[in-house]
Amino acid sequence: MTLTLDIRQRLGAFTLEAAFQAGPGVTALFGASGAGKSSIVNAIAGLSRPDAGRIAFAGSDLFNAETGTHLLAHHRRVGVVFQDNRLFPHFSVAQNIRYGARLAGGVDAAQESRITDLLGITALMNRRPGALSGGEKSRVALARALLMRPRLLLMDEPLAALDGPRKEEILPYLERLRDQAGPPILYVSHSVAEIARLSDHIVMLDQGRVLRAGPAQDLLSDPALMPQFGIREAGAILTATVEAHAPDGLSRLRISGGALWVMGVGAPVGTRLRLRLLASDIILAAEAPRAISARNVLPVTVETVQQGHGPGAAVSLRCGEDRLLARITSRAVAEIGLEPGRDCFAILKATAIARSDIGSVQA
Amino acid sequence: MLGPEELAALTLSLKVSLWAVLVALPLAILTAWALARRSFWGKPVLSALVHLPLVLPPVVTGYLLLLTFGRNGPAGAFLENAFGLVFAFRWTGAALAAGIMGFPLMVRAIRLAFEAVDPKLEQAAATLGAGRARVFFTVTLPLIAPGVLAGAVLGFAKALGEFGATITFVANIPGETQTLPSAIYAFLQVPGGEPAALRLVALALIVAVGAVLMSDWLGRRVADRIAGK
Repeated sequence: MTLTLDIRQRLGAFTLEAAFQAGPGVTALFGASGAGKSSIVNAIAGLSRPDAGRIAFAGSDLFNAETGTHLLAHHRRVGVVFQDNRLFPHFSVAQNIRYGARLAGGVDAAQESRITDLLGITALMNRRPGALSGGEKSRVALARALLMRPRLLLMDEPLAALDGPRKEEILPYLERLRDQAGPPILYVSHSVAEIARLSDHIVMLDQGRVLRAGPAQDLLSDPALMPQFGIREAGAILTATVEAHAPDGLSRLRISGGALWVMGVGAPVGTRLRLRLLASDIILAAEAPRAISARNVLPVTVETVQQGHGPGAAVSLRCGEDRLLARITSRAVAEIGLEPGRDCFAILKATAIARSDIGSVQA
Repeated sequence: MLGPEELAALTLSLKVSLWAVLVALPLAILTAWALARRSFWGKPVLSALVHLPLVLPPVVTGYLLLLTFGRNGPAGAFLENAFGLVFAFRWTGAALAAGIMGFPLMVRAIRLAFEAVDPKLEQAAATLGAGRARVFFTVTLPLIAPGVLAGAVLGFAKALGEFGATITFVANIPGETQTLPSAIYAFLQVPGGEPAALRLVALALIVAVGAVLMSDWLGRRVADRIAGK
């Protein structure tokens, strides 16, 4: 169940020339606006036709310029969740979500109620899209794409039109979807926070070309990619397990490199979480500090130091089996003598880890 | 209240207009779709041809119809031989003239409706597994329905009022081709015909105002439905 794509397409002033693979789980297609993300989605969905190359899924061609194969959109069984939802305004929610299901061989009532429960839209079935909030529309669009039983699910900036609280409303559903062994998901976004929460793999696009592709942990903790992710957004992701909840409201999480105190998380002990630790929140010290307000001091080893163009530097750190990323000044690098192999301490405030940077992971 | 001649003119007008709209509407939808959604060679020519009856003197349109669809005209002779369909000096000819004169108005209204439908919705339907025809009948057509309705009503009103092309093409034969406007004209030509003409004028006003009000009401209902209310 792997998508293989290698296409070239002229689009106005620039040329899309991209090649990558997307297997099971969530593959994030990341890049600035105009990088060609939506064009790739359109090509995979069959809404546009590349000039050259090949798109194959699970071993069969969706598009192949050499053989002239171009499977029409309605034969591809590729579900799409569009940024602008594109719900049918003249249909009720129920008619909307059954539209694709009917054409895919009928409505499976059990599956439908499972999905509408999961997405919390069961009570909205008789409403029309005009009477829904932005978050509700997004969830209906997601249900519509899921009910057509897609072989592959494309999500084109599904949260971009929503404000912070609405995003937080949808993200847990997407996490559950990712962890339920459904179809492979290609998740298009320019939000580092979203892809840090959701993606297993990242394909980084820049001006119509693939800049880098690889596991999300590796790319997000790569100091060289800090300019692409943005210095304020860059940060490593790691998985943690809830170990204890202290009476003062803090929670202790277990990570491979030690314990991490964070502001209380709602999840019960034993829950697996995915954390994003922002590079700009991490302080490095040569010796373990004493009497410091920051609650987390983790022993780490410097892996690489990447000097930026300005006064900043990005440092990649080994912390147990995980990798952390820290953004500090070049002056600090010189003063402490940070170089690959050097042992030091990463300091992180418990308050620094935002609730929105803590996601859930199901086994 | 109405004399037999006046009643005949009214029923004939309604019959002619109804047939004109019924036959022209599917063609108008097809033409509007082609103009709004397709790009093809000769598109400006088609557009000009469709709009020609709006700017041409109606008497010219009527005369051209007579030349083409008269019994000796190329199309008229063929249709008579092949299908036994005669237009010249028959009510069918009045319907043809009315349909052609109303056609640009119908196409215009429906074309605007097509252009108002976001093609992205049609793309979404395609990704959900709907082929072209299904997309058209389940998504596009319901969404352009208000425009189709508005076009039909406009075409109907135009057909009711058509005079110049009709009288040139099929003359003014009571009971056969004498529509409401032709009857009013005929009554005004004879001494003492003014009361009858005035009654028909009132009738024409009632029918026209009624048609416009009805189209407005229907249009609002469908528009509400489409807005998701």
